[in-house]
Amino acid sequence: MIIVERTGPLALIEDLGRAGYEDLGVSPSGAADRSGLRTANRLVGNPEDVAAIEILLGGLLVAAGRPMWIAVAGAPTTLSINDRPDASHQPVYLRAGDRLEVQAPRNGLRNYLAVRGGIEVPAVLGSRSADLLAGLGPAALRPGDQLPVGRSTLPQPGIDVLPARPAERPLRVRLLPGPRTDWFTDAALDSLGTQLWRVGSDVDRTGVRLDGEPLRRRITDELPSEGLVRGAVQVPPSGLPIVFGSNHPVTGGYPVIGVVPDADCDRVAQLRPGDGLRLRWSER
Amino acid sequence: MPHDQVVTRRLLPYGESARLLECQDLDDSQRMAQWLSVQRRPEIAGVVPGARTLLLRLTAPLPAELARTMITIEPEPLRARAAEAVTIDVRYDGADLAEVADGLGLSTEELITHHTGQQWVVAFCGFAPGFGYLAPTGPELRVPRRSTPRTRVPAGAVAIADNWSAIYPTASPGGWQLIGSTDVRLFDVTADPPALLSPGTRVQFRRLTP
Repeated sequence: MIIVERTGPLALIEDLGRAGYEDLGVSPSGAADRSGLRTANRLVGNPEDVAAIEILLGGLLVAAGRPMWIAVAGAPTTLSINDRPDASHQPVYLRAGDRLEVQAPRNGLRNYLAVRGGIEVPAVLGSRSADLLAGLGPAALRPGDQLPVGRSTLPQPGIDVLPARPAERPLRVRLLPGPRTDWFTDAALDSLGTQLWRVGSDVDRTGVRLDGEPLRRRITDELPSEGLVRGAVQVPPSGLPIVFGSNHPVTGGYPVIGVVPDADCDRVAQLRPGDGLRLRWSER
Repeated sequence: MPHDQVVTRRLLPYGESARLLECQDLDDSQRMAQWLSVQRRPEIAGVVPGARTLLLRLTAPLPAELARTMITIEPEPLRARAAEAVTIDVRYDGADLAEVADGLGLSTEELITHHTGQQWVVAFCGFAPGFGYLAPTGPELRVPRRSTPRTRVPAGAVAIADNWSAIYPTASPGGWQLIGSTDVRLFDVTADPPALLSPGTRVQFRRLTP
């Protein structure tokens, strides 16, 4: 068991999400940075899809209820174990009673604390992911929470380090055509793919709002609601795009101009307000 | 292949692992959803209906022949599901009932009759788990949303907006006009299926007299 002593701004239990219920209005949710979750799980010999703790901007302090292997991945950060600094992105052995603190990342937003055996809170609709949009799955962690840890089934990997990817500034990601690309002027499509976007202050697991030159539409009809995916770049009437994250709504009523491929969504999920972002059309 | 076939739908790009099938209207998209559910194609991992579209979540590229068929096929009419209509008992006690009726030039009785006098069909879900957008199968009314959304709409509120009707599964903020309330449970994670309403479900509202 893991005992939560303190959290920073937000700590959630997440796995790879509850896909398959979108037609009933249920968001897939799951880890915002899936490669961060996968890496943390790999470092402790878990299957990649077991649940871990997604930590927003550090500040999480937990105690080990029994001896266990843990690893922290995602954004570059530092751990402290019983107030001694230690490195992230490697397996760490905790004795019963050891206290682990995850510092705020040096850049990026989110870290993943995986425990060998996985966090085994009850699953809801096949997933242990918190969905803050719908209030499904486990609630945000609070001091005093005691989290059950499962049994490991895979062999323990050898001592391994999977270093954090250095931050790229501004972040460059690919962009593929969306269903309503043709609702925008050619100038808007060029502008989307060439201007330096700034991440706005509205950043959460639902999506990232971008600030910059607004995009103009060629077709200004009302759009009947249609399905959304992670990475969909939706343009509301303000003309300023939103890149949807893992906890996206399942349907939306504004045109989707393009789609960020899945692997690049993980990096978008690490952007902080004020960070630069370039979207590059990889086909059009 | 018959040569009087016309292209009636569009298959739109949607990133690396999805496509959007844009249909002619709601009826057409529901027929296509029915057709796809019979095909059980391994490339299609999931179908998410919209108001007149189907989002296809793919595990592999769509074969060209399947893509062509989806655009041109004349799908069978929907199987009669009228007998399976879900009846929902409603108290027509909503805070906006009188004002909405007034704005439409109707009496509250006439508005209630519009709501109970026809079946509704779930076009698609969204906003919250178990929240179905119900399209009328008979006469339509256009009702504007509230200019200022309520910060809290109680669970079970029966609402209308534009030509849709819906029931709020849980307490949430909301901008639709409230015309009634129901005790029916719309979403239960321990039930299978977890949602009472899913795309294609027909709904008959029935007036509960106080």
